[in-house]
Amino acid sequence: MRNRDGNPARAAWLVLAALVVGMLAIAGCGGGGSSTSGGSSEEALQKVGKGEGQLNLISWAGYVEPEWTKPFEQKTGCKVSDKEAGTSDEMVELMKTGQYDGVSASGNATARLVAAGLVAPVNTDLVPNYKTVFSDLKDQPYNTFEGVNYGIPHGRGANLLMWNGNDVKPAPDSWDIMFDPKMAAKYKGKISVYDESSYIADAAMYLKFHEPKLEIENPYELNEEQFDAAIELLKEQQANVGEYWSEAAKQISAFAGGDVTVGTTWQYQYFALKGEGVPVAASPASQGFLPKEGATGWSDTWMIAKDAKHPNCMYEWMNWIISPKANAQVAEYFGEAPAQELACKETKNPNFCSEYHAEEPEFWKRVYYWETPLADCGNGEEDCMDYNDWVKAWTEIKG
Amino acid sequence: MGHRLAGLFQGRRRLQIGALLAGPVGWLVIGYLGSLALLLVAAFWSVDPLSGLTIKSFTLENFESLWNEPVYRTIVWRTIRTALLVTITDAVIAFPIAFYMAKVASRRGKALLVVGILLPLWSSYLVKVYAWRTLLSANGAINWALEPIGLHGPGYGTTAVWLVFSYLWLPYMILPIYAGLERIPNSLISASEDLGASPFTTFRRVILPLSFPAVVAGSIFTFSLTLGDYITPRLVSNDQFIGNVIYANIANNQPFAAALAMVPIVVMIAYLLVARKLGAFEHV
Repeated sequence: MRNRDGNPARAAWLVLAALVVGMLAIAGCGGGGSSTSGGSSEEALQKVGKGEGQLNLISWAGYVEPEWTKPFEQKTGCKVSDKEAGTSDEMVELMKTGQYDGVSASGNATARLVAAGLVAPVNTDLVPNYKTVFSDLKDQPYNTFEGVNYGIPHGRGANLLMWNGNDVKPAPDSWDIMFDPKMAAKYKGKISVYDESSYIADAAMYLKFHEPKLEIENPYELNEEQFDAAIELLKEQQANVGEYWSEAAKQISAFAGGDVTVGTTWQYQYFALKGEGVPVAASPASQGFLPKEGATGWSDTWMIAKDAKHPNCMYEWMNWIISPKANAQVAEYFGEAPAQELACKETKNPNFCSEYHAEEPEFWKRVYYWETPLADCGNGEEDCMDYNDWVKAWTEIKG
Repeated sequence: MGHRLAGLFQGRRRLQIGALLAGPVGWLVIGYLGSLALLLVAAFWSVDPLSGLTIKSFTLENFESLWNEPVYRTIVWRTIRTALLVTITDAVIAFPIAFYMAKVASRRGKALLVVGILLPLWSSYLVKVYAWRTLLSANGAINWALEPIGLHGPGYGTTAVWLVFSYLWLPYMILPIYAGLERIPNSLISASEDLGASPFTTFRRVILPLSFPAVVAGSIFTFSLTLGDYITPRLVSNDQFIGNVIYANIANNQPFAAALAMVPIVVMIAYLLVARKLGAFEHV
């Protein structure tokens, strides 16, 4: 056999070499152009017609639940099929597949979705319930681009500082406990930190308060000097970090198992740990308390895919999810402040809106909603660090 | 029609083999190597920072930043080091077990051991890692067991990663060594004894050389599985492995992630070449 077919090892090398040459050829002459389609100048929908009978959504866990989707399906005939995503990156990836009609995007995804031409403008006139959405959620930099509305606000919340009441005394009122080298050293190896590049904004927010000479305005718009200061702070913090968490289950098990005692968290883990009887306390909005520096947070927006196959159903959905009843249900289920003013009359807990400060614009001024870091900070110059810089720096911080 | 088709193949050996292999080979070349090649082509592209869309023109910038930034060297080295350490650990643990199974145990004992080794493979990878996470936790079983004698478990961290990987991939090391040892005729061992060799000499001069290719074959599994994993480091430590950095970049910077993916491929090719020199692919 060997004589007739030649040396198999040599043949294998030839195939490999051919593959490499072929690859380089494709890489080199991939058109030389760019597949970037840029911002969309498309017109928004002018009239909502009859539903298409189907609706494919991407959402955060807890945003699309039978309690409020069943009545929606009955009313509109649009059958809801939902795909839950765990991170903003995942949402952007899923939207690129073109299989979905809409997405509940946080502020660190919206600008990317618009820039990639994946979403279309929203004609808010076709969403009657939009009129009574809290005005401080309208026309914000994370949902409105160059004066064009790209989505419908869903709800908002602040990230929490959570600690184990048995180990951390007195109760902290500042992020010092995680960032100040002396204080954090007291809890060395017991600090729990969110494992995503967006956490750099938490450090920037801390510096905005404690290092005014850096002149940080928005923790998501950082020039090189400000960015380096935040990275420096996070590298110092790294020595004290017990665990970086990326999925909620991981953080819950770490708090429950005593591996960490203080950290940043979401309402979801706080509720879950309370439910398990772990003596955690937190700085939730529901207790009227934010650390003195403020907090990072989220304000989510329902966006419609540019090439949505079921645009009418998507408009029906955007109107439905901010209708007073449904918006109250989702806000209470998830533990966030509703976007709809009238939802405050529909909540099961009559004090829900005041506990979550839904109606207090002053409270939200100290909450820095997730945004996508862009090179252009609005001064027309490209002197800010962009999202890729953030991701790379985050790898470097963890080492 | 069926008859005519059968007639076509009648006596044409090349056509028979060609038709038989067309499906699987087509899958291998198009579905498997094709998608791999496409991924790697992306390593020479770049990305528009805002939209995350790829710019399809040739550039080496991904490899430059991979080379220039020390953090990636640290991560690559950490990954390779752990893979080697896990491989050595598994080889040391697996060899005596495989030897007992192949040469000492009764037929019944052998069957029990094979089942015992295969059993963990029936449960989900994630469940096993989470189980270790619970064991290693500050209030977990390991600390609870060690406390009375005044000791502490390793907790989460580099040691935990080594421990969990060694546990996870152990069966992949035992089985090839077991198969390799089974093939050594007992008569060779008797002959060695008859010629006056001590058991240690027999082991060193007869058993080890004959079974070494099997150890190398097993090491390919333990080494490559560790090299590509990113979930274990994420769940029981804060260490970043190559896979973790690929994961962090895949959504917004696929070209850079693809460039990173080249690293384990190159390492694995080098490893396989060495393994071939050591005879891992002979008599398989």
